[in-house]
Amino acid sequence: MCLAIPGRIVEISPVNRDSALVDVVGVRRRVDLGLLLDDPPAPGEWVLIHVGFAMSKISEQDALHQMQTLRMLGESDAVMEEMRGYNAEETERPN
Amino acid sequence: MRFVDEFRDPKLIASTAEEIRRLAEPHRHYRLMEVCGGHTHAIYRFGLKDLLPENIELIHGPGCPVCVLPMGRIDDGLSMAQRGEVIFTAFGDMMRVPGTQGSPLEHRAQGMDVRIVYSPSDALKLARANPDKHVIFFAIGFETTAPSTALTLMRAKREGVANFSVFCNHVTIIPAIRAILDSPDMRLDAFIGPGHVSTVIGCRPYEWIAVNERRPIVVSGFEPLDMLQAIVMLLRQLKRGEAKVENQYKRVVPWEGNRAALHAMAEVFQLRPYFEWRGLGFISQSALRIRDSYAQWDSEQRFRIPGVRVTDPKAAQCGEVLKGVLKPHQCKLFGRECTPEHPIGALMVSSEGSCAAYYNYEHRKTAMVNLLSPTA
Repeated sequence: MCLAIPGRIVEISPVNRDSALVDVVGVRRRVDLGLLLDDPPAPGEWVLIHVGFAMSKISEQDALHQMQTLRMLGESDAVMEEMRGYNAEETERPN
Repeated sequence: MRFVDEFRDPKLIASTAEEIRRLAEPHRHYRLMEVCGGHTHAIYRFGLKDLLPENIELIHGPGCPVCVLPMGRIDDGLSMAQRGEVIFTAFGDMMRVPGTQGSPLEHRAQGMDVRIVYSPSDALKLARANPDKHVIFFAIGFETTAPSTALTLMRAKREGVANFSVFCNHVTIIPAIRAILDSPDMRLDAFIGPGHVSTVIGCRPYEWIAVNERRPIVVSGFEPLDMLQAIVMLLRQLKRGEAKVENQYKRVVPWEGNRAALHAMAEVFQLRPYFEWRGLGFISQSALRIRDSYAQWDSEQRFRIPGVRVTDPKAAQCGEVLKGVLKPHQCKLFGRECTPEHPIGALMVSSEGSCAAYYNYEHRKTAMVNLLSPTA
């Protein structure tokens, strides 16, 4: 639950600007951008994700370091399980 | 002991550890508390203690949300799961935490509809997909997760999703730090401040710790080097006789926090007059409840909950361990009756709990990370 997962924004939803497709080591899921509305990320930028919500924008280098830290903490499997668990039955809703 | 991985910059680790040894005055004994459970896990996993001189003691703080939740709240939540129309959802971390009548997982085995979700928004989605059911989300966590619950509730209200509610157990970190500083058997020199809570609340809420309590606090990241650098910054302050709030984790934590997150929390939550913390007892204004304007989505206001109060097993010394008065292995049950496979106290359940971390890395000598060997 307290994992901060680094992910790259692939695309912002055309119907809901609070929703973005994010890539984490090849797994793509929708995450919520509602907590970054003051400074929304653009496709290609990196964010830290908590419980399905992007919480902070980070640099690509910091994202890679964060992934290495999670790996060293033995949390890689938990990260992928959490990513795969998001939006298990994906239905996109307009704002 | 074997090592599973290597850090990318062992030289920097070695030189930072050397700087810590240089700054630590030999006649002093330093007691530094890492507030966050994520830091506790990382400290054990990275074997940071072995890089520090003996007179620097790391005390594990209350920042593991699963660990501080009293057993009675688990019973309260599960009492609602027994209703036929309810789908009861919680994060995976909660599933093995024992209540008096068993854990959520054990309730599921008895036929109740208990499901893991990874995000509160997925619980809301489950409610939309199951209009004939009522979906309860068992919300736990500090300020890192509370904004996501708040935003989910704002959406539920906006969309008029009537079959969704939240059993709110969110807590706030500042009153817990205050309770620990007020505790008569506690002596601390400084704090390693939580990283991800601070992305939301910023650094300003810690200023009283420096100004009123004269204790340095450095907000830190989770990489081994982050934590070592935070310790360097604390020791420098202590050497100069200063007490300031500093931010080692600037690459992620803005001084002012996250305005959108704070706004969502203020819209949906208000402070409870008091809340019980496992091990720490009742702490005033230390937890969040759902505002009356969201009463329809508040499980506690929709359903009658028994309000169970359970005292921890007498022999278990979770409270003393949580406050840092006892080390995990000094508890009478540690490693015997209470293990990660058969946890009695919550500190043994979560990987962020100090007992589980101590058990895995100190007691059972699970593979640790070697920070000092050169990378291949």
